[in-house]
Amino acid sequence: MKILVTVKQVPDTATQVKIAPDGKTIDPTGITWIVSPYDEFAVEEALRIKEKRGQGEVVAVSLGPDRVKEALRSCLAMGCDRAIHLNDPVWATADTLATAKALAAAIKQEGPQLVLCGRQAIDDDMGAVTAQLAELLGWPCAYWIMEEAIDADGKSVRAARQVEGGLEVFDLPLPAILAAQKGLNEPRYPTLKGIMGAKKKEIRDVKAADLGWASEPPQLSIVGLQALPPRPPGRIIAGDVPTAVKELVRALREDAKAI
Amino acid sequence: MEKFRGVDYYGIEGLLSEEERMVRDAVRDWVEAEFLPVVTEHHRAGTFPVSLIPRLGELGVFGATLTGYGCAGLNNVAYGLIMQELERGDSGLRSAASVQSGLVMYPIYTYGSEAQKEEWLPAMARGERVGCFGLTEPDHGSDPGGMKTRARRQGNVYVLNGTKLWITNGSIADVAVVWAKEDDGEIYGYLVERGTPGFSTLDIHGKFSMRASITSELSFQDCRIPLANKFPNVKGLRGPLGCLNQARYGIAWGAVGAAMACYDWTLQYAQQRIQFGKPIASFQLVQQKLVWMITEITKAQLLCLQLGRLKDEGHVRAQQVSLAKMNNVQMALDSARLARDVLGAAGIVDEHPVIRHMMNLETVNTYEGTHDIHTLIIGRDITGLDAFGM
Repeated sequence: MKILVTVKQVPDTATQVKIAPDGKTIDPTGITWIVSPYDEFAVEEALRIKEKRGQGEVVAVSLGPDRVKEALRSCLAMGCDRAIHLNDPVWATADTLATAKALAAAIKQEGPQLVLCGRQAIDDDMGAVTAQLAELLGWPCAYWIMEEAIDADGKSVRAARQVEGGLEVFDLPLPAILAAQKGLNEPRYPTLKGIMGAKKKEIRDVKAADLGWASEPPQLSIVGLQALPPRPPGRIIAGDVPTAVKELVRALREDAKAI
Repeated sequence: MEKFRGVDYYGIEGLLSEEERMVRDAVRDWVEAEFLPVVTEHHRAGTFPVSLIPRLGELGVFGATLTGYGCAGLNNVAYGLIMQELERGDSGLRSAASVQSGLVMYPIYTYGSEAQKEEWLPAMARGERVGCFGLTEPDHGSDPGGMKTRARRQGNVYVLNGTKLWITNGSIADVAVVWAKEDDGEIYGYLVERGTPGFSTLDIHGKFSMRASITSELSFQDCRIPLANKFPNVKGLRGPLGCLNQARYGIAWGAVGAAMACYDWTLQYAQQRIQFGKPIASFQLVQQKLVWMITEITKAQLLCLQLGRLKDEGHVRAQQVSLAKMNNVQMALDSARLARDVLGAAGIVDEHPVIRHMMNLETVNTYEGTHDIHTLIIGRDITGLDAFGM
């Protein structure tokens, strides 16, 4: 079974993101880039499916500039067999739909039986590409997957998605798209042998022309980024305990409207 | 405190290959997630987290520079970075990996027979079997050539008699690499398996340093081992010294990791701790200590990197390894002491990692060639005159 995993390279969760002088992008200096954590669940699940079935191929795909190769290399170090890098300046301003269109074109060329994605990337938190991919490919899709099981002959997948208070279980005919939720699995560490082996694996550079992808203007454009307003300072209530408690209750009720 | 942020004042990151960075990051993440949450309880109890050994094997840490036998085949810079990250956790963790890789797998790989390699290396790489290294004796530390342990051939066995002391992982090891003299007065190496009659171990208690590491005494009393357990390809002191050279290389990097841990923690602490109405990091005397640390760490990082590049080119000399071991451990110990000072009273409790590193580094300063011995090795090298009193 061929499985394709879409991954996005995002700033490390510990990064202090700063807005660039243009007011529309983030300042890339000092950012450590990682594979978006939900995408790591997707990679791990793909590898487990391959290991469980004893055969198959796992292909990681990512769209972005040259630095994205490092994210793909991490996926190869985890155990993916090869990687595809959608790397073309025309995609520099790609919105989710343009990204989905480019990925869909690559998926059509590869023809996998299953596509795994993270439920959203942790940078812009759009969470749209999976659904857009499903629409463009005409494949069934389920989000927030906590469990999955592919039937023995590889014709369908049973997937359980997280809903309030429990799981909702679907049967989807393959090919299908699943978006991983935290809890689906515990991603493995890339082993040192895996890291050594990764450099021998292929990362294929794909240009827009290779996909027959015509340039189209993005339908979403970023007008501006705004940092969160600074948190108002806390307040210390002075006085003896009975007075302070009264004031605290009043403040919670009237100022904060919390009770 | 925030998660460890790495220490790189000089953009040394850019001198590493993508692969080297990936190796370092994999080990850094592992230490953060798997080791640091349990280190304090083990340090208090004086135990080593033995269950992590197979996990380290899975990661590929053991014998990482060797090729074949299930080993990762990394270069020496990547191996050094592994040691740095492990010791950022604890010197005991790095010691366990150093011993397994540099002092047990390396001699088996370099001096051993094919049968010995096949039997031990793959299982050790996986962390399923553990080794220890017996060179130091109660009466012979810095002068291993004077060792008293004897191996005597009797028919189809060697009979070992003697005692080895200060042996990391001694009591949990499945096999000991033991160095002993035969009747010809020469030193040879032997593999002694746990459970061999006449071989016993005793753990050393009451340590103030390397508490999260097992340190043992090995005792051999008419211990009979098969002839096939002797290393066929080495004779003389160069055997054990060749191993020590591997381990010392790892220590040079590891010490930097311990210093980085102390520095990063202390910098954050000093920026947050308010006295006289402002962060203590704003005081000149505190800044002086932090600046000393970052300066020395940066120098030590560059020393390690060049040492590693030389080793990868096959041009490294043992005396150069001595210089890095000597310098880096001393600077790490001094950094840890300064860091403890900046932490004030907080510096004496294990809620902060600093005093644990500080006490560990006292051991690191002593083992694998003391600071003084390395000084004399370099002194002899540059002057051509031997100050060992021989």
